[in-house]
Amino acid sequence: MSKKVLLIEDEPNIIEAISFILNRDGWQVVTHSNGHDAVEAARERAPDLIILDVMLPGRSGFDILSEIRDDAGLATTPVLMLTARGQTKDREMAERAGASRYMTKPFSNADVLDAVRDLVAT
Amino acid sequence: MAETSMIGTRIRERRVLAGLRQSELARRVGISPSYLNLIEHNRRRIGGKTLLKLAETLQVEPSLLSEGAEATLIAGLREAAGDGAQAAAEVDRIEEFAGRFPGWARLLVELHRDKEGLERTVKTLTDRLEHDPHLADSLHEVISTVTAIRATASILEDDQNLEPDWQRRFHRNISEDSRRLAEGAEALVHYLEDAPDTEADIKSPQDELHAFLSDNGFHFPSLEEASDRTTIAKALDGNERLESEAARVLARTVLLQYAEDAARMPLREMLDAVARLGLAPDALAAHFDAPLNAVFRRLAALPEEAVGPVGLVICDASGTLIFRKPIAGFAIPRTAGACTLWPLYQVLGQPRTPLKAVLRQAGRGDARVLAFAATQEQGPAAFDAPPMVRAHMLVVPDSGGDGTAPVRDVGTNCRVCPLPGCTARREPSIFLKGF
Repeated sequence: MSKKVLLIEDEPNIIEAISFILNRDGWQVVTHSNGHDAVEAARERAPDLIILDVMLPGRSGFDILSEIRDDAGLATTPVLMLTARGQTKDREMAERAGASRYMTKPFSNADVLDAVRDLVAT
Repeated sequence: MAETSMIGTRIRERRVLAGLRQSELARRVGISPSYLNLIEHNRRRIGGKTLLKLAETLQVEPSLLSEGAEATLIAGLREAAGDGAQAAAEVDRIEEFAGRFPGWARLLVELHRDKEGLERTVKTLTDRLEHDPHLADSLHEVISTVTAIRATASILEDDQNLEPDWQRRFHRNISEDSRRLAEGAEALVHYLEDAPDTEADIKSPQDELHAFLSDNGFHFPSLEEASDRTTIAKALDGNERLESEAARVLARTVLLQYAEDAARMPLREMLDAVARLGLAPDALAAHFDAPLNAVFRRLAALPEEAVGPVGLVICDASGTLIFRKPIAGFAIPRTAGACTLWPLYQVLGQPRTPLKAVLRQAGRGDARVLAFAATQEQGPAAFDAPPMVRAHMLVVPDSGGDGTAPVRDVGTNCRVCPLPGCTARREPSIFLKGF
């Protein structure tokens, strides 16, 4: 059975592109596009990896990440953070909140694939 | 006061800076302490040997004591030295510097002013970038769109055998996103181009208000006659000093108050009353049956050629200065907090008890001013809100009176204040190092 990735992102065309490249690489991709109930979505879907955008409607990605890390069922799930800002401040906040890896938009498809493969293999 | 009559003041300043007591200096120079006291208060003219001896003992050029240097230039240099304290400028020789190299000194003061202006610009621009939600949104939009285009384009390029359905779909997405990107980029360019005049952002609304008031000498003839909102709107209309909406709002409030005060104490009657009663706020308040604060504001709004210099400073309950009209013998800081010893702050602690005091501001020679302070409540009292109190302080040159009133030494703000052993000090002075 293929591994499952939960993509939490609000930009439809980014969702479509990432879903496509991950699908083609053999991943099962489920998506969610708002911040409010992102943690519940993660609990229900029980993914092997979460890709989380920092800027989401309803709730900041940092808050969502903190809650994921406090959740017994999700605490060890790898999380790849996506952000539009490359400042050290954001990177530090992501690391403190418990991100497994951090990627700055715009990224290349190859980078996303590498990161996803790395994070689930370990 | 003419510079030559201020020799005593300069001697006193140098003595204080040197940390000498009056009696000690008198002993070293070989004169009596009471004679030195008279000299220091400019009540005895001195020259010749005594001046040379004093200069020698105080280790300054005699010309520095006899001529001094332009007070504003010195004040400017002090400010510059205060802001660049790490350079350890020789502040104890500031007058010597200004006296010997007036051109260089003026240049230094000008450069310092320019520097302050530029610093404000940088700060404003940084703030704008950091806190401007519109700019952040626009950038986020552009970056999101670029991300989508990049990911989609690279799928189309990498996968030559993409099914036609997917191909169409991704082409459509790219076309959609490129349109969005074009719009986003255009909006961003517009935003940056239309950015309000940088000038408007550089100055605070308070700065604009005071530049406007100062341009008009704090006096508005058009508001002296029966005035209404139209007159006020006209006085404000198109004034280039008031660039921001915030400054116009502040100015409108000040002018409304002006018109109200003017209606209560019309110009002609006010000038007559001042001619008869003098610059005596209490007598004027009784004459017009007006609150002291209104009389203060009215006096500060009279034409200077009629009543001479009248300064006014108003603060709110937080101590923030919201109105500043300085006069020659009394400086009011523009940015930093003012001196806690001012009666202005004292009345905040004793509302409804007006105060009068003779002040001597450090670094301003022996110039003395007469200060009147009183509070005013803003709006009606309420059980569930703190009282909104404002303190006003009127400042006029001291005529000397009978000479028996005690003189209070005060500062401008701590950084540039040389008063030693001050319990109100909240920041070390650049003039007290080594004492």
